[in-house]
Amino acid sequence: MISLAGRDILHSWSKFVFTGIGLGLLIGVTLSMAGIYRGMVDDAKALLNNSGADLWVVQQDTLGPYAESSSIRDDVYRSMLGLSGVARAANVTYLTMQVRKGESDVRAMVVGFEPGQPGQPEYLVAGRQITRNHYEAVADVKTGFQIGDVIRIRRHDFTVVGLTRRMVSSGGDPMVFVPLKDAQEAQFLKDNDAILNERARTAANPSLNRPGVPGLLEAIQASQTSNRNVNAVLVQVVPGTSPEAVANEIKRWKHLQAYTRTQMEEILVAKLIATSAKQIAMFLVILAIVSAAIVAFIIYTMTLSKIREIAVLKLIGTRNRTIAGMILQQALGLGLIGFLVGKTAATFWAPIFPKYVLLEPGDAIRGFIAVMLICAIASTLAIRAALRVDPATAIGG
Amino acid sequence: MNGLGIHIEGVRKRYGEGDTAVDALKDVNMTVAPGEVVGLIGPSGSGKTTLLKCLGAVIEPSAGRMTLGSEIIYDDGWKIPDLRALRRDRIGFVFQAPYLIPFLDVTDNVALPSMLAGRSNKDSRKRAMELLEALDVAHRAKAQPSQLSGGEQQRVAIARALINQPPVILADEPTAPLDSERALSVIRILNQMAQQYQTAIIVVTHDEKIIPTFERIYHIRDGKTFEENGEGKKP
Ligand SMILES: Nc1ncnc2c1ncn2[C@@H]1O[C@H](COP(=O)(O)OP(=O)(O)OP(=O)(O)O)[C@@H](O)[C@H]1O
Ligand SMILES: [Mg+2]
Repeated sequence: MISLAGRDILHSWSKFVFTGIGLGLLIGVTLSMAGIYRGMVDDAKALLNNSGADLWVVQQDTLGPYAESSSIRDDVYRSMLGLSGVARAANVTYLTMQVRKGESDVRAMVVGFEPGQPGQPEYLVAGRQITRNHYEAVADVKTGFQIGDVIRIRRHDFTVVGLTRRMVSSGGDPMVFVPLKDAQEAQFLKDNDAILNERARTAANPSLNRPGVPGLLEAIQASQTSNRNVNAVLVQVVPGTSPEAVANEIKRWKHLQAYTRTQMEEILVAKLIATSAKQIAMFLVILAIVSAAIVAFIIYTMTLSKIREIAVLKLIGTRNRTIAGMILQQALGLGLIGFLVGKTAATFWAPIFPKYVLLEPGDAIRGFIAVMLICAIASTLAIRAALRVDPATAIGG
Repeated sequence: MNGLGIHIEGVRKRYGEGDTAVDALKDVNMTVAPGEVVGLIGPSGSGKTTLLKCLGAVIEPSAGRMTLGSEIIYDDGWKIPDLRALRRDRIGFVFQAPYLIPFLDVTDNVALPSMLAGRSNKDSRKRAMELLEALDVAHRAKAQPSQLSGGEQQRVAIARALINQPPVILADEPTAPLDSERALSVIRILNQMAQQYQTAIIVVTHDEKIIPTFERIYHIRDGKTFEENGEGKKP
């Protein structure tokens, strides 16, 4: 027996190819959506891996530092170092802001860290780590900066000495690493007018500007402009120690929140990315319905245009099963063309996306199965129409 | 030998029920011997198509008895169970329009009923080629149906009707779209095939050009058949 479906596809191949391409672009979008979600999860994991921490210590009752703002005093890390099981502890700050790149602005997450301590980017793709305590920066390649470029953050210029790859915030903004002190300053640094204003106001306050107390006003003004807060303390535990035990210790005694790596992953993936994931899931559902509608419509109209041939096929003794199989195979053929086009398109355009798109083979396989199921379901409408055709109509009137 | 040809006795067909019922066939009696081609002629609405549909096993008569080849296919309410296989193996259909399958080439259009009956593609195509040669369209074997002339398409349709060597061929106005030369050539082919394969053939027609070619003609009027001897001028 010859393949009726195959012959029909060859006969009207242009219809199949063009519909297949249209469907394929939809499938490509679907695969990319899944890829964007996978990319977000992967970015989050890369972010956690590269910070080199076992514990994130943040303000009590917050989900900081990535999912919620957290502020703690910058001397907290010292008390961490005193705990048993803690190998290293260091302050970090995170602030998403516009940084100046030549004539334009780049949105970036500025990370303040102490060179050589947890929080320092682990892998550089070019250049070196920061060695000076001021005005050097390591930037992610996504910022567009190159080694030797100058980044302007607030009122200070930083020279780029190293480059990282795939260091992005959970919002997708590339990171710029600067020394902690500079970052703290940038976070709370006010512009000149604001400082002059504040100084004048302090000076005008008689309780702060007392005659006969030399140096008081200056001390107050200095404390107002300097910043003694950080967003989190990153802790590395002594090898062999359980991070959970140390985290419990910190929570019990220090009135702080401490998250282990698994908890942090949970926060990033389940809480922060959850909304995006739902959004993407919503899109996937809509795209699946649209694809099903397209396949159903095309296969249905193609079947209706063949009613006479189907009646003849039935009259000369073709089984219903053979006719249903022909329509089903055509729908699956359309799905196959669509999937191949979609997979190719998604692979081709993934690198052009501003966010990282991770196309997992597992998603491709799941996508393929879904496409085939959708096509099979979509063909039922046409199959029912074909099975209702009365062979007597071939004999006519 | 292909059995007994076609034998129809007292066949009746009523469409619908009650007040709106139509008695399309009231008393139909026909016999067509193997190797014979008979004409079936009647005015519009007389029941010709209804009779072909009953014989073609796509609708069921209301009463009577029908024998195709060596098999009783209908007997007063009883019918053979597998009508689909009956149509495939025992009846060839030729229509006014050829109704070829547009996505199969000429050879496969002819070979299809044989493949459906479970014979191999190779054997089916070999047999199709023989028929196409006999019908003088073998040179178009690889063409698509849309590339053929009307007469060529009709000959391909006849080849398709013949491939399973059915004891019966039912032809509904097979010459309507053809000029008189081609119409006569189709009748010549049907006669030849009837002889060669001992097939019983019924040709429903209005076509004045071909009526004189039949040796026997059945007239159907108001659902009843009358037999008449034709002129039998073999084309
Ligand atoms: N499905 C049906 N339901 C009810 N009545 C029908 C049906 N099919 C045919 N008839 C009626 O049965 C009668 C015979 O119809 P039939 O189609 O057999 O005529 P015909 O001889 O083929 O006519 P024509 O030469 O116009 O094709 C007509 O009165 C027709 O209206
Ligand atoms: Mg009719």
